Amino acid sequence: MNYKTDWVYNPAPESADHVRIQERYDLFINGKFIPSVKNAYFKTINPANENKLAQVAEAQKTDVGLAVRAAKKAYENIWSKMDPSERGKYIFRIARLIQERAREFAVIESLDGGKPIRESRDVDIPLAAAHFFYYAGWADKLEYAFPGRKTQPVGVAGQIIPWNFPLLMAAWKLAPALATGNTVVLKPAETTPLTAMKLAEIIQECELPPGVVNIVNGGGETGQALVEHPDVDKIAFTGSTEVGKFIMKTVAGTGKKYTLELGGKAANIIFEDAPLDQAVEGIITGIFFNQGHVCCAGSRLFVQESVAETVISKLKNRMETLIVGDPLDKNTDIGAINSKAQLDKIKMYVDIGQKEGGEIFQSSCNLPKKGYWHAPSLFTGVSQSHRVVQEEIFGPVLAIQSFRTVDEVIAKANNTPFGLSGGVWTDKGSKIFALSKAIRAGVIWANTFNKFDPSSPFGGYKESGLGREGGLEGLMPYVHLV
Amino acid sequence: MLANKSMFSQTVDQVNVQERVARLFSRSIKKESKVAALNNILSMIDLTTLEGKDSPGKVRQLCYKAAHLHNQFPDLPKVAAVCVFPPMVPVAKKALRRTGIKVASVATAFPSGMSTLAAKLEEVKAVVGAGADEVDMVISRGAFLRGEYDRVGEEIAKVKETCCEVHLKVILETGELVTLDNVRIASILAMNSGADFIKTSTGKVFPAATPPVVLIMLEAIRDFYLQTGKKIGMKPAGGISKAKLAVQYLVMVRETLGQDWLCSELFRFGASSLANDVLMQITKQFTGVYQSTNYFSLD
Repeated sequence: MNYKTDWVYNPAPESADHVRIQERYDLFINGKFIPSVKNAYFKTINPANENKLAQVAEAQKTDVGLAVRAAKKAYENIWSKMDPSERGKYIFRIARLIQERAREFAVIESLDGGKPIRESRDVDIPLAAAHFFYYAGWADKLEYAFPGRKTQPVGVAGQIIPWNFPLLMAAWKLAPALATGNTVVLKPAETTPLTAMKLAEIIQECELPPGVVNIVNGGGETGQALVEHPDVDKIAFTGSTEVGKFIMKTVAGTGKKYTLELGGKAANIIFEDAPLDQAVEGIITGIFFNQGHVCCAGSRLFVQESVAETVISKLKNRMETLIVGDPLDKNTDIGAINSKAQLDKIKMYVDIGQKEGGEIFQSSCNLPKKGYWHAPSLFTGVSQSHRVVQEEIFGPVLAIQSFRTVDEVIAKANNTPFGLSGGVWTDKGSKIFALSKAIRAGVIWANTFNKFDPSSPFGGYKESGLGREGGLEGLMPYVHLV
Repeated sequence: MLANKSMFSQTVDQVNVQERVARLFSRSIKKESKVAALNNILSMIDLTTLEGKDSPGKVRQLCYKAAHLHNQFPDLPKVAAVCVFPPMVPVAKKALRRTGIKVASVATAFPSGMSTLAAKLEEVKAVVGAGADEVDMVISRGAFLRGEYDRVGEEIAKVKETCCEVHLKVILETGELVTLDNVRIASILAMNSGADFIKTSTGKVFPAATPPVVLIMLEAIRDFYLQTGKKIGMKPAGGISKAKLAVQYLVMVRETLGQDWLCSELFRFGASSLANDVLMQITKQFTGVYQSTNYFSLD
């Protein structure tokens, strides 16, 4: 097929004129924006063109201490004692303000993180608002969530979130914590702090009592200070398995509650009786959604032998039609890689894959000169022993294997230290039930992939983490049942 | 005849098809790319009149319009063809002489297909004899829904035989096929039996062309091409009256079949009122304002 057509789409960029980004952002502690004690700042850039977007205050250990103290005071004096329906009203207010300013949030998310505006506009921001709406509703209904039990909040929650869905992950963490009466110190990711700072503005506008939500930016050391702080009662972390293990060690024996949402290497399984063209869309969504920066990405593809050739050829054709480029363009399917460090990591794995004998196919798209970019890629001729099959790449790189029997694919799907998600494509309902029981992963999608809803719990098995976020189950990490 | 497993046993998931359609239809087409699309759409139109009350006068008006879409813009392309009932073929043929515009005729007991095979072939022979450049036949939906695929295929093959060199468009009447699975099977059946084009609808049944149906047919065409090397054309017909929808269909063609299908040899719109809306949009691109419909001839 020839997809290099004479008819090309003109650029259709979303306007960024209406967006206000300050030159400097400070820490958000006790309801106020304050500089860090050392007056230290780091810059955040647009990964699509490497231009600086803003300076962001880097929280030191002392700053983290201040934030935790503010959170503790707010917890003890106000938030844990507030009538739950009043708490709910504040959270509803946050949700509504996110909706009102959705366009601004979407543009900033794309500027700061490199993701296509289509995704930040249609997925990230609406889902973030939906999470606040959902948990706002639970605030005064907790006794129905756990019949016959009473709930008590945990205290101060230290929450560390990743750079792949900055605002959405903040919403996943904040909404259930606030609804159950906890106060929060949130640490956004170093490369994507801006939407969290915008959220801080909204929180101020909502007149949320000072100290209920505090936001401290910074890198690993800031996170470590938060995890180690003795007055933090719960840690919620989303990020790499490596850091997750460190957190587990650190909090061991301290009595702190913790939830970890870590890496993944999901099996996306296509049976011969699947709706193949739609399955190909599912493969595309599975691995190329958000440039593959998705912990539940369908990065291991298993295709049944009899249709493997057909599916792979369809997939390659489909990859040729993906539009890679300016994240703010409404037609862009795949945006920029989030950071140079991540791009280097992806390139390293692509290199390893080729050295280990995998056969690579990349879409023939032109990549912009400036910024961090990677063409959508897939590997064939790889097996469970290849590193590109075993390790999380967190980029637009798919590893394909074929299989013959149901038992074989179940064994291979489970043959991984991870267990976050999986996908099954078949026209047979019985096969869906068999597979979803047999695969050890927190989420299994049937004839779809990467679908999220606030009412649906999300979390992993094995090295993909523990605890659940979302749904009724997502309340549990933030309450003591009495 | 049904040779390749993956191609014929392939099922369709309606929910995901709708999602894919929504994704394709959200492409933002602006400025030059929009003008280029609108011009291309004009050249792909089969200007159609298929009414029981059609008169030679009406057909002549339509033919004149086909060749002179909008005198304000002399460089506009002409439409691809004029599509009429069999008795009007000689009238259209005469009216379109030296315009380069083709005459298409419906046949085989259009729109129901409820007649004997002999009568259908007789009709095809007549319109071919009268000089039609293209024949739009309907399949026997009753036979198809009963599962008599062989019979449906045979009928198409016989019509194609009768057509000889004349282009054959096979109308599936997808509004009566009920499921997208059926649409895919019928598409492949028609292509295997000799169709040069596959066409969604007669325009006499609701729903006519719908975006999911068109996508499934385009995907079937792509799969057939990859399997056999033969390029089959596509014609959505009925219910396409707005330029915006036509542009969205063009996006669908571009991202499913690519460059080769973005021309009137392999893609057509069966429509009666689409041309005027496209003309209005083209005018707007040049003048910046929408004109009243009174500035565009109704023929």
